Amino acid sequence: MSLPLENNPNYAQYAHPERLVSTDWLAANLGAKNLVALESNEDILLYSTGHIPGALKIDWFTELNDEVTRDYVEGEAFAELMASKGISRDSTVVIYGDKSNWWAAYALWVFTLFGHEDVRLLDGGRDKWIAEGRETSTEKPAVTATEYPVVERDDSVIRAYLPQVLEHLGNPLIDVRSPEEYTGERTHMPNYPEEGAMRGGHIPTAASVPWGKAAAADGTFKPRAELEAIYFDEAGLKPGDEVIAYCRIGERSSHTWFVLKHLLGFETVRNYDGSWTEWGNAVGVPIVRGEANGELPAQRGARA
Amino acid sequence: MSALNPALEEIVAEFSEVPEADRLELLLDYSRELPELPPHLAEHPELLEQVVECQSPLFLIVEVGADQVVRLFFSAPPEAPTTRGFASVLAAGLDGSSAEEILAVPEDMPARLGLSRALSPLRMRGMSAMLGRIKRQVTEQLAAA
Repeated sequence: MSLPLENNPNYAQYAHPERLVSTDWLAANLGAKNLVALESNEDILLYSTGHIPGALKIDWFTELNDEVTRDYVEGEAFAELMASKGISRDSTVVIYGDKSNWWAAYALWVFTLFGHEDVRLLDGGRDKWIAEGRETSTEKPAVTATEYPVVERDDSVIRAYLPQVLEHLGNPLIDVRSPEEYTGERTHMPNYPEEGAMRGGHIPTAASVPWGKAAAADGTFKPRAELEAIYFDEAGLKPGDEVIAYCRIGERSSHTWFVLKHLLGFETVRNYDGSWTEWGNAVGVPIVRGEANGELPAQRGARA
Repeated sequence: MSALNPALEEIVAEFSEVPEADRLELLLDYSRELPELPPHLAEHPELLEQVVECQSPLFLIVEVGADQVVRLFFSAPPEAPTTRGFASVLAAGLDGSSAEEILAVPEDMPARLGLSRALSPLRMRGMSAMLGRIKRQVTEQLAAA
């Protein structure tokens, strides 16, 4: 059985308040039966320096990705992973992490691909927990392995592949990378390492909204009115739009996916996880350089 | 395969000798041992160069002495243990080496730590970028001397 929802007036403003918990709520519920807290960080050593007591680490790179194919794990591997972390299909999973929950949102998005129903983010993430002076532990929690059913990943609803992005052109796209990545500006300096993409720039018509704009200084999500100002007034989204978000490999755009889907309530939001490392290397797809969103290409590139 | 200087060679051997599952723990140990900046740099953080390729803030500076002995100094926040770990490996392996030894470190040295299955390619590039910038600073200071 999953845990009751947090009754927090702050979250009532969002479309899906059931997707958030506060640090107070988590502190009060730690140790509850069928609650599993997972820490998902950009810096994967950070968990070992001290984590929320009882929380387990989930490693986006070695656990959620397939080692050989550029893809997420399949249903069987996901089921094994869940079982090894003591998660059942009806567990309440609360994910938190560093950098305003950037990688926590990524993990949540992958859980959603497998249809895990009750998965929530700790608003403010790791930084807020620590800033509030709450207890941390370096103790590795004991886990009682569970049974988790093999559920096939469903890529059809919240995930976009490159051909689907080409088909989508003409509908809203949000590029959540930094302005320098969006414009395609290159910093040429000696010993600059190989870039992950051959070409710089963005997908034509994509609006630039760096992902971090959705986070307040303390790592929590901004109030709904502020989010609406960013995504509606500035980026030009309209209620009911079908939206695709992308970044470099799909992690930062998971954060934006969470905001659009669960906080602002867009029904159809997909994350293009191939993102710029795929688009910027693909042959014949249209690219725009510079600050302007760019025009829709008459021919959508050789690949259309 | 070009040769590493003995200290760095020893660190690479240390990493390759522990089981793959324990290598991150070793990197974490290194991250805890990153030396603090000496006072003349701690008071002037603007002298350090940021390695923008790293995912977390990492600053470094190289000082080539008259005897061509090279000192390396790094600064990275505690909430960036992976970045600190890489910096600490380079500090332990290269601080006090000769300019010649540092310039001879092969570009693929980070890959020899055997962490590429545990850490993302972007991370590994961050360490390569540190090495690249160290070499560039050494070259510039030798040219200016």
